[in-house]
Amino acid sequence: MSLMLAILTPFCGAPLTFWIARRSRKWGTFTALGVCLLAALCLAPMAPAIYGGAASIQYLSWIPAAGIDLTLRFDGLGLLFAQMILGIGALVIIYACYYLSEKDSLGRLYALLLLFMGAMLGVVLAENLIILLVFWELTSLASFMLIAYWRHDSEARRGAQLALVITGAGGMALLAGFVLLGQMAGSFELTTILLRGDAIRAADNYPLMLLLILLGAFTKSAQFPFHFWLPRAMAAPTPVSAYLHSATMVKAGVFLLARLFPVLSGTLFWSWWVGGIGLITLLLAAVIALFKHDLKGLLAYSTISHLGLIVALFGIGTPLAAVAGVFHLINHAIFKAGLFMSVGIIDHECGTRDMRRINGLWHSMPHTAILAMVATAAMAGVPLVNGFLSKEMFFAEAVSVGGQMRFGWFLPAIVTLAGIFAVAYSLRFIHDVFFNGEPVNLPKIPHEPPRFMKIPVEILVLLCLLIGIVPQYSVEPILDVAAGAVLQGPLPEHDLAIWHGFSPALFMSLIALVGGLLIYLGRQPLFALHTHLEGRLDGRKIFEALLAKILAGAAHITNFIDRSSLQQQVSLLVGATLCLGVAGMLPGPGVLTNLPALLPVDAVSLIMTLVLAAAALRATIGHRQRLTALILTGAVGLIMTLIFVKFSAPDLALTQLAVEVVTLILLLLALYFLPQKSPKESSPARRWRDGLLALLVGSGMSLLAFAVMTRRSTTISDYFIANSIGGGGGHNIVNVILVDFRGFDTLGEISVLAIAALGIFALMQNLKLKGLEQDAQGRPFDPDKYPLIMATFSRLLLPLALLVSVYIFLRGHNLPGGGFIAGLVTAIALILQYLTNGVVWTKKRLPAAQTHPLIVWGLLVAMLTGLGSWLFGRPFLTSAFGHWSLPLVGEFELASAMAFDLGVYLVVVGATLLILINLGLFRSSTAVREKKTWKS
Amino acid sequence: MEILIALIIGLLSGCGVYLLLQARTFSVVLGLTLLSYGINLFLFATGRLVIGQPPVLSAVSSPADPLPQALVLTAIVIGFAMTAFAIMLSLRAQAELGNDHVDGEQP
Repeated sequence: MSLMLAILTPFCGAPLTFWIARRSRKWGTFTALGVCLLAALCLAPMAPAIYGGAASIQYLSWIPAAGIDLTLRFDGLGLLFAQMILGIGALVIIYACYYLSEKDSLGRLYALLLLFMGAMLGVVLAENLIILLVFWELTSLASFMLIAYWRHDSEARRGAQLALVITGAGGMALLAGFVLLGQMAGSFELTTILLRGDAIRAADNYPLMLLLILLGAFTKSAQFPFHFWLPRAMAAPTPVSAYLHSATMVKAGVFLLARLFPVLSGTLFWSWWVGGIGLITLLLAAVIALFKHDLKGLLAYSTISHLGLIVALFGIGTPLAAVAGVFHLINHAIFKAGLFMSVGIIDHECGTRDMRRINGLWHSMPHTAILAMVATAAMAGVPLVNGFLSKEMFFAEAVSVGGQMRFGWFLPAIVTLAGIFAVAYSLRFIHDVFFNGEPVNLPKIPHEPPRFMKIPVEILVLLCLLIGIVPQYSVEPILDVAAGAVLQGPLPEHDLAIWHGFSPALFMSLIALVGGLLIYLGRQPLFALHTHLEGRLDGRKIFEALLAKILAGAAHITNFIDRSSLQQQVSLLVGATLCLGVAGMLPGPGVLTNLPALLPVDAVSLIMTLVLAAAALRATIGHRQRLTALILTGAVGLIMTLIFVKFSAPDLALTQLAVEVVTLILLLLALYFLPQKSPKESSPARRWRDGLLALLVGSGMSLLAFAVMTRRSTTISDYFIANSIGGGGGHNIVNVILVDFRGFDTLGEISVLAIAALGIFALMQNLKLKGLEQDAQGRPFDPDKYPLIMATFSRLLLPLALLVSVYIFLRGHNLPGGGFIAGLVTAIALILQYLTNGVVWTKKRLPAAQTHPLIVWGLLVAMLTGLGSWLFGRPFLTSAFGHWSLPLVGEFELASAMAFDLGVYLVVVGATLLILINLGLFRSSTAVREKKTWKS
Repeated sequence: MEILIALIIGLLSGCGVYLLLQARTFSVVLGLTLLSYGINLFLFATGRLVIGQPPVLSAVSSPADPLPQALVLTAIVIGFAMTAFAIMLSLRAQAELGNDHVDGEQP
């Protein structure tokens, strides 16, 4: 549980920090630091056991059926990463407080950093691979938002997009790889997978699976040829670069290699791919870094190069190389975070990061200069600083492994060459920035930054020195448990001493230092060559060209299908549905054979069918005469009601009747504002096409309906019929299904109704329409809007109608009726008042009929009824009922389902009134205006 | 009788589809209404046609299938909401665009 807490703490702390930091930057910083501390405290009690070499697995069941559980793992590697994530995270938080200007939202940065922190903790503490992947993708998302932190900067937005696409695509590949790996191991749990290394390496799919996983790791850790997103990500604020893009997130890929090292490594395939890509990246990025004029660009390529170094170490695959890999991972995180922060200080003080303009800062910022120099020395691999130790282990491994291969000299040669360039770009960084003459045209006059801005850098530089000088006492314990967790076995002999005697590695270090100095001294011709070649092979350009092509292709397809004509779209849709329907019917055995006995046709049914057919056809053919078509449609609806009556569906008949009335009124009101006739605009060919489609759909539906009706009936309703009285306390099964058995569905349906009503309300806002002033023959409408006799009678009718609706509501549970129907009846009764007496008159007398609260109350009542069953420890919407007796009234039944039905009733009344009254209100206001013009 | 109902379902769906393909919003709304009649009736008919046996217990011996009825009951109400939304949308389009063509512009 405590691991889960540690992961959740930053997630929960993020909104809190955001909220506080908006009010006070200082307290926001303290809150963010507090969140880090809290997360660390969650982990701290287990740390001693982990240092003792144990691993702790915590288990929370999630989707056991799919083998996915919230299992978390805390071992040496996780401990190392958790320390880096929380430690460097805390330093970055302090630093960001001074780095970010007053007008930028510190809260947003902190919230996003904390979100990232939680996600990254999730990655390193995951035991289940699928969980790991989920957090992995979350880090990509957090990185996306952090790179685009300065949203107004298009470069930042593009960089963020690039990073998301590359790492997101890698995540997809990783998911596929994990699924394959899970299938091979029979589990997604690391514990199981780590035990099945031999079987996995022998599996047929091993190369494919490895390739997919490597795609994920390499995109995340910016390995060649996916490295180009990282320099573009430097558009992020520098604290983000220091944290995500050098110390933690880009290490996730390496982390994965380390995590799965015992399972995946040890094959030729692994050595070639991981070692090869690592070496290429190491060398290539070191060379490019030398030529970057942008300070952060130089550091970005240096980061890529160092990541390549670590990847290469894991690729070499010997236990000692893995130890060196973990060691360099620690060192790089420390010195590179410090360097990024120094660069941020320089940027902050100078207003630019261009090394051609920043010179001679030694005089104005000596303190910062010393800090940066120590960190740079670590980057270059100078003795007494931490980078030297791991780099020398790397050199030693390169020599020892190279000695066992043909062309083995090749490996140390590449490694040394990369070392030379690392020294060269480190020298350039120090010499260009702090010496090399005077500053050129800086936007600001540089001086030392605020005291506290340097403290995080000082801590990191101190760590560099501590590890570099007394490694046994500083880094040895955590390195041992982390490397032990990577290897899942005994540690190889290794010695973290500074002096190993005159070994080949020492000579390689010396060659690198001297060679780097020489290259830097002879840099002018190299720079000229680079300017000449620049932009020839830019990964980003290729990517952007590819992206543009994909987008153009997608637009082409969209334009081909979507000609922005609704009619065409609908006909395509209908046509496609038709094809699917026909395809579904074709292969079946004759659906129309083996007919059972059909019900006999009686004369009344036949006549009503003919009337319905005539009305529907006349409405369709004469649809351009809108009023006629509307009235005929209403007639069809009424005959539908009769059909429901005939075939034993009294509830449906009542509902249909009420809805028919409401719909007709609504459409009549709407027609008032619309043209009365449709123009004749379809060509004959079009009409034939539409007619043919309609005919085909109609015949298909007829056939389908007939086939369904003549099938032997198997129903799931027996349960409802059997349990309606005993379980739901009602005789009307339809109503019991609605409010009890399927109450949750009904809750959804009334929510839809409420949303539709609110949508309609929104559509009606500020609507300006011109209504009719005269009829089709050009005669003006009668100005007397509310005929007296009708108004009087409708007022008399109201209580009666309301009584009927109450009756329908109350009997609904046992006889045809219920909330839906009663709601519609009430709505009609009220609408009648509005129609005959005018909205103003009615509103004055019926203040209670405010529609919005009605809908809200209805939803609340229904929801609370459902929640009420929780009080009794029952599932949501369990209904209860009982029989009571009152004097005079006698025995009666009360069911909680009736309260639910009341909610339904209120929503239906509210929604119906909201829809109709708004249109009616609108009509009356325009009508009043017309009346005035008529009189004048 | 089944043949009659099947024909009615086909007729209503066909008429609905024809109107749905027209160029003016009001026709489309009418088409939606007719199509929902057809579909509702189809859903209802999946419970088979039963005469004189409403699904109210203690009144009948073998009640008609109540489940399609419950489905259709909510479908009718939701259908009303949909019709209302569509017609309001067309009113809004008429107000904003000055015409009632489904594509928002006169051809």
